[in-house]
Amino acid sequence: MTKIDIIDLLYERMGLPKREAREVVDAVFDTIKNTLIAGEQVKIAGFGTFNIRKKGSRKGRNPRTKEEVEIKPRKVLVFKASSELKKTHRESS
Amino acid sequence: MTKSMLTEKVSERLKELTRKQIAVIINTIFDNMKEALNKGEKIEIRGFGIFRIKERKAKIARNPKTGQKVSVSERKTIHFKTGKALHNALNKIK
Repeated sequence: MTKIDIIDLLYERMGLPKREAREVVDAVFDTIKNTLIAGEQVKIAGFGTFNIRKKGSRKGRNPRTKEEVEIKPRKVLVFKASSELKKTHRESS
Repeated sequence: MTKSMLTEKVSERLKELTRKQIAVIINTIFDNMKEALNKGEKIEIRGFGIFRIKERKAKIARNPKTGQKVSVSERKTIHFKTGKALHNALNKIK
């Protein structure tokens, strides 16, 4: 599934013109993105939570040259599926 | 940010749709994403990230409290990988 499939679904199931559907889908993911960039978590009830986790610096090694390098502190995005998503997922598999 | 705040923000941006319509659309989007994942499909949102099903093998684990061995059956988990553009934006890399 890609963004285009979501747009098609909104068109087929809700009769939403594709241009509008694309605008909404873009606005939804842009808004989530900007909120996360601002450092705030995003919680979608029934789906899951996006959180920002700060990682400290640590030493790594280039596996090819075996050279030691510093991995700089960075922010990573973690997604945790909601219990509801996990549940329906488990039942259908 | 919650789903209702997301609805609010999106409707500020799209004046031609009502808040109610946007709320329905957002629910439809996430319900369909959920459905796709349940079917084992992966979801790829360019610039945002990829949701994918990962298979975990059956293993012997331990109850951390009692130390007792328990067998964990084979299972599937939902995995999210941040897109490059979003990762770079989070870390202010150009």
